[in-house]
Amino acid sequence: MNSLAPLPVVVGLLTAAFLAGAGRLLPRLLIDALSLVCALAMAALCALLLAHASHSAIVYWFGGFHPVHGVALGISFAIDPLGAGMATLAAVMVSAALLYSVRYFDEVGPLFSVLMLVFGAAMVGFCLTGDLFDFFVFFELMSVAAYALTAYKIEEAGPLQGAINFAITNSVGSFMMLTGIALLYGRTGALNMAQIGRSLAEHPADGLVTIALLLIMGGLLVKAAIVPFHFWLADAHAVAPVPVCVLFSGVMVELALYGFARVYWTTLASPLTPHAPGLRATLIGLGTLSALVGAVMCLAQRHLKRLLAFSTISHSGLFLIGVGLLTPAGLAASGGYVIEHAFLKGALFMAAGILLHRFGSVDEHELRGRGRERDPGLRAAGIVFTAGGLLLAALPPLGTFTGKAALETSLSEGPGYAWAIAVVVGASALTGGAILRAAGRVFAGWGPRVHPHHELLLETSERPETLQPHDHTPPVMIVPAVLLLAIGGAIGLVPGLSKSLAAAASRAVDGSAYATAVLGHAIGHRGAVPAPRLPLETLDFVLAALSVLGAVGVASVALAKRPYLRTSPLLTHAATSSLILLRRAQSGCVNDYIAWLVAGLAAIGTVLALT
Amino acid sequence: MSYLPYWIAIWLLLVGLYGLVSSDNLIHMVICLSVVQSSTYVLLLAIGFRDHAAAPVFADIPAGSRAVDPVVQALTLTDIVVEATVVALMLALAVQAHKRFGTLDPAELNPLRG
Repeated sequence: MNSLAPLPVVVGLLTAAFLAGAGRLLPRLLIDALSLVCALAMAALCALLLAHASHSAIVYWFGGFHPVHGVALGISFAIDPLGAGMATLAAVMVSAALLYSVRYFDEVGPLFSVLMLVFGAAMVGFCLTGDLFDFFVFFELMSVAAYALTAYKIEEAGPLQGAINFAITNSVGSFMMLTGIALLYGRTGALNMAQIGRSLAEHPADGLVTIALLLIMGGLLVKAAIVPFHFWLADAHAVAPVPVCVLFSGVMVELALYGFARVYWTTLASPLTPHAPGLRATLIGLGTLSALVGAVMCLAQRHLKRLLAFSTISHSGLFLIGVGLLTPAGLAASGGYVIEHAFLKGALFMAAGILLHRFGSVDEHELRGRGRERDPGLRAAGIVFTAGGLLLAALPPLGTFTGKAALETSLSEGPGYAWAIAVVVGASALTGGAILRAAGRVFAGWGPRVHPHHELLLETSERPETLQPHDHTPPVMIVPAVLLLAIGGAIGLVPGLSKSLAAAASRAVDGSAYATAVLGHAIGHRGAVPAPRLPLETLDFVLAALSVLGAVGVASVALAKRPYLRTSPLLTHAATSSLILLRRAQSGCVNDYIAWLVAGLAAIGTVLALT
Repeated sequence: MSYLPYWIAIWLLLVGLYGLVSSDNLIHMVICLSVVQSSTYVLLLAIGFRDHAAAPVFADIPAGSRAVDPVVQALTLTDIVVEATVVALMLALAVQAHKRFGTLDPAELNPLRG
């Protein structure tokens, strides 16, 4: 079993190398088939690893450099259920995106498949590795593949600017992370995460360890698009090809939060125990800020892909709230939420892609009522948008209901953050409402005609993506969208899912058991798995009903012919001008993004230093 | 060993970030990015440095003699490879931006806003 561990990464990278070399000689059908088969094989291998890892951790030493007397010099993959689960999710989403992209592009070279496979293999490696430097290398490989994929349509203006903003911001984040890793190596002389954890656990954390935490966390939060590091995400998502957006929103952003949990629990948790309350407050504060800013900006968009991108920022904030609780229950809740969100968001992006493919536009106002045509592609897109909006707002008992309920439960049981439940409900309602509003406008023609120079729309100077319009939608675009919607809707109902998530999370947070599995001879986990509470209490249904009704309410207010709510002009003015301020911050200029990044890091550092 | 290399690493990081924030030219920004990354090279090599030590090649020095840490040198090499990839990609984007917009100023690129 152990020797299977590196296979998913190896298969992905070798197939990518083969296609890069021989792709020009092969027919497109063969390239598509080969890359799809490769992605499915990666998913199957990851699922196999997941099945085995749920019994005991899988540790693989490259080149047979096993640790001697508990000292590791070699490089390892250390696979626990959380890592294997994220890897499986990533590989499954890559398969779905590759299937969708078969007919999405009018012309596509073999390099698109190559980049997608490299991207997928890097994500899988990032989840499986047990070595901190490899963690950085896979992170960077994933990033570079992502920059290139964003700029795939390099002849057009938007993708170019989106890719530049994405690449510069994220590169700075990666260098921060590398600096943090170098500091940890300087302190411990180790790169193996288990070894670093053991070595750091001997002393309480000092300034150096805190700075290392800050820098590693900074790099990961940039990738996780947490406010104020989030600006690149909307620019990149608005312009990247739809199959790529599916991966960015569905997996890449969430993987950064997985990475934070992995590094924190294996290396830094025990020396930082005295700082845990301050760190928890910082993370939950950042999560709340992202959830709210993302939700408000999501409502303010008319460009559908950008709307979905801001909804991802909002959800990423919610996941950070769960991870940032620094409890196994919070981590398990976020894990479940991430899985449900990945499929639903993937389906929504694919539906936006169907509109783009069909009409050459994803502008909500331009498409008003045009989705009413009777045709299978548009029907499917309409269903995906309407159902996706409701399911993302946690329509009980489907969609994100179980993940959201588990998150709320962990918040109510956690140390004094019950108020964040209101944030979870509010952000779900606002983002779900924005998606439902778009669905109502595009597929039913509801809502007033908005003058293109309305004051709140002025700032959207961006032209929607242009693509040659088509008469019909190929079935291979419809099938994955509907399939992902169905999986995302129903996966929360899988019996035993919440139990396995709780087990995975309680193993992931046990740094000493991880170290024993990697370095010592004892393989397996110790400690009883706490029994998960099944999220089926009345309160969970009430909260879910609140967010769904909130979403419907938001959508109907936005689509009303005449405003139902009469507010004082002063209040309207204040709301409008603060929204305009928020939108000005999203300036599209990468200098500003770097300034925000540095300021954000400095602020987090100050908070950490003071607590 | 003195703290000088650490101060240099911090200086490179800060000056590179200043350049990124204030730059109005994409090529200049890419160079600033490599200045930021250079700070990680200096930091890594400083961490592995030992006074009066030889290069860690034991072919021509007796085994067991004092040598600097080879691990950080391997990390720095990997880091350089990573940087080469990023810089090449970014320069390609800059060239394309110049072709497309006739400018290299990031503020003048057709902005995605709001």
